[in-house]
Amino acid sequence: MVKINGTSLEIAGTSLADYLDTAGYDCARIAVERNGAIVPKSQYEVTILADGDTLEVVSFVGGG
Amino acid sequence: MIPSKREFNQALKMRHGEALHARFSAAVIAVCGLGGLGSNIAVSLARAGVGKLILIDFDQVDVSNLHRQQYKASQIGLDKTQALSQNLLEISPYIELETHTARIIDEDDVRRLLSSADIICEAFDQPEAKSMLTNAVLELLPDKYLIAASGMAGLGSANTIQTRRITSHFYLCGDRFSDVKDEPGLMAPRVALCASHQALMALRILANEFDA
Repeated sequence: MVKINGTSLEIAGTSLADYLDTAGYDCARIAVERNGAIVPKSQYEVTILADGDTLEVVSFVGGG
Repeated sequence: MIPSKREFNQALKMRHGEALHARFSAAVIAVCGLGGLGSNIAVSLARAGVGKLILIDFDQVDVSNLHRQQYKASQIGLDKTQALSQNLLEISPYIELETHTARIIDEDDVRRLLSSADIICEAFDQPEAKSMLTNAVLELLPDKYLIAASGMAGLGSANTIQTRRITSHFYLCGDRFSDVKDEPGLMAPRVALCASHQALMALRILANEFDA
């Protein structure tokens, strides 16, 4: 299981880029934390989600 | 009659104690974006006695800013960096200010403008700019603390604005969801609440209190 924003998902083996695309995230507006570290945007394609991973996808909204 | 630097420092030491005053006055904090968030963050940090602020914004003060930003009608048309510097120096005459009237567009800008800061406050309004700065700081300057904001538009409850610690060096303030495009504008107290979360977290980090 992979835990993303508190929800456990059966997506081990999927690339981070594929998950973000399927879930409808706009990559220009996010930051992704995986197991305590930020994932560089250049690594989204090659980051393969593994059992036990915990991720947080921060999706920024407008206003400031 | 403006008090001397010594009198200012003495007053802050009386309020905060020697140890905290020493930490605050030695700190360098960058504020990226000087709108509703950034102008309020800077005022709070100046009042607390932070030694140096790096203030960055490309924009000028507009009549449409005055409902939530720390500027005055007499300052319309000035660069925000200049107008905010004037206001901060009226509050805290001995604070050190470094200003950049510029956009932060890419990784080179992040390195050039932010390398000397201890803590960086993200106070932009566009989500793409927030994302760019967050990713660039956390990738390129991993020893810095970044305090970002997302979700403070509209009239939602004050109690939904929170500070969360996302990684060891990345804090996120706001309700995470209230997008200005979906809400009836930006209200001074709610934006200031979020800015206060950011400013307080900065002071907590300086005091070695790292929990959100």
